Amino acid sequence: MRRPAHGLIVLALLAGAPAAADGIAAGERRSGSDFMAPETQAMQADDTSNPGMLWVVQGAGLWEQGAGASGLSCAGCHGAAADSMRGVAARYPALDAASGKPVDLTGRINQCRTVRQGASALVRESNELLALTTFVAHQSRGMPISPPSDPGLDAYRAAGRELFTTRMGQLDLSCANCHDDNWRGRLAGSAVTQAHPTGYPLYRLEWQGVGSLQRRMRNCMIGVRAEPFAAGSDAFIALELYLMQRAAGMAIETPGVRP
Amino acid sequence: MRRAAAGAWTAFALAGAATATARADEMAGQQLVPYVVIGDAIPEPLAGRRGDAALGEALIGERHRSLCILCHALPAGATPLQGTLAPSLKGVGGRLGEGQIRLRIVDMKRLNPASIMPAYHSRRAGARTAPAWQGRPVLGAAEIEHLVAYLVTLKE
Ligand code: HEC
Ligand code: HEC
Repeated sequence: MRRPAHGLIVLALLAGAPAAADGIAAGERRSGSDFMAPETQAMQADDTSNPGMLWVVQGAGLWEQGAGASGLSCAGCHGAAADSMRGVAARYPALDAASGKPVDLTGRINQCRTVRQGASALVRESNELLALTTFVAHQSRGMPISPPSDPGLDAYRAAGRELFTTRMGQLDLSCANCHDDNWRGRLAGSAVTQAHPTGYPLYRLEWQGVGSLQRRMRNCMIGVRAEPFAAGSDAFIALELYLMQRAAGMAIETPGVRP
Repeated sequence: MRRAAAGAWTAFALAGAATATARADEMAGQQLVPYVVIGDAIPEPLAGRRGDAALGEALIGERHRSLCILCHALPAGATPLQGTLAPSLKGVGGRLGEGQIRLRIVDMKRLNPASIMPAYHSRRAGARTAPAWQGRPVLGAAEIEHLVAYLVTLKE
């Protein structure tokens, strides 16, 4: 029996009553793009009109560019991303052997920068880090989400599920209240959706730019008037792990487009 | 169309900033007041003062502040923007009495602990409530009474 890491105990304490929600039946799972207007779906489907492709192109440039004390580029170690990065995003977050903790795709890219390239870490939500993450995730487009079965991740996934079903904020709502129990509904004009992480990083018309899955979750937390978790925190990565598990088998769409 | 559709969460989020400035003046009106529940109703107006139906009608449409129309439809609302997470409030004044409506806004979870409707005038709050919202009800007593005064007029 593996003992949960220290941070997880804190996460677990946050949780109130056990969850009533049992997720969404496999046959009913739908990506966020299924809920969109046909024009927005068309925008995502066509690479020449999908604004997220601008970040993919920028990321492709950064992939080839040397950085840091080593002067190495991503390509210098990994070669062509179309081969080496195919399927990678479909299995992240993954266990980082060195720390024994899960790391998400963005965290792994930053780790390569600091440890291997000898460059400074990029800030989460910075254009460069979003571009690199979008470019890498795009190499898995069309592939099924395949969370690793590594038992070292189980405690974190369980913590993520706990957070997903914990009522938060002044409005006292859990993610599951909306995304498991009310995904067919509309919150004012917006489809609630099932909160699958299929399209991230993705382009939101409302943001006028590409943003991460963590930015999306942050918005929902601010919406219920809760203090959002810090970018890159164990809590957000635990939520990412749970969302990927919940969406196992669904296809990666990066870069998605959302209203 | 698209702009409008994108805005649901913006409404929730902006409410923080918008009310933060107004808050200093309203602080006095935002304290929790005591009330007595009898059966499924709060028969007496909060703080002993009845509200104004016209102010209630305006407030219920303020989705940044009352949030009601994020979830509920209203008889006069524009259809594409209405929430569908809750029953329509059309005819609610015919179905429920004044005191019943008051309790449902003040603390729906007293009647249905699993409800998604926020308790608007209670100490209930979820984990990690943001500092700006801690220790205060979603709406003050006077605001609740304006809403009650409006909703009782929705007879059909
Ligand atoms: C009161 C309802 C509500 C709650 C509670 C809520 N969300 Fe959301 N969520 C939405 C709505 C509505 C959208 C659609 C986007 C929009 O218009 O803001 C959304 C979108 C999302 C998406 C994007 C899905 C896509 O296809 O791009 C994710 C991921 C998500 N939410 C995760 C979460 C998480 C994690 C939590 C809890 C920390 C949470 N949500 C809490 C209503 C909610
Ligand atoms: C996040 C969703 C949500 C919000 C916001 C919300 N409600 Fe509700 N409300 C509900 C749900 C769901 C019900 C159904 C009863 C239950 O949950 O048990 C309900 C029921 C009611 C009822 C009883 C209706 C009937 O026919 O029995 C009244 C009255 C009401 N709400 C008024 C309001 C008012 C006024 C506001 C804003 C100040 C508001 N609600 C905000 C979700 C919401």
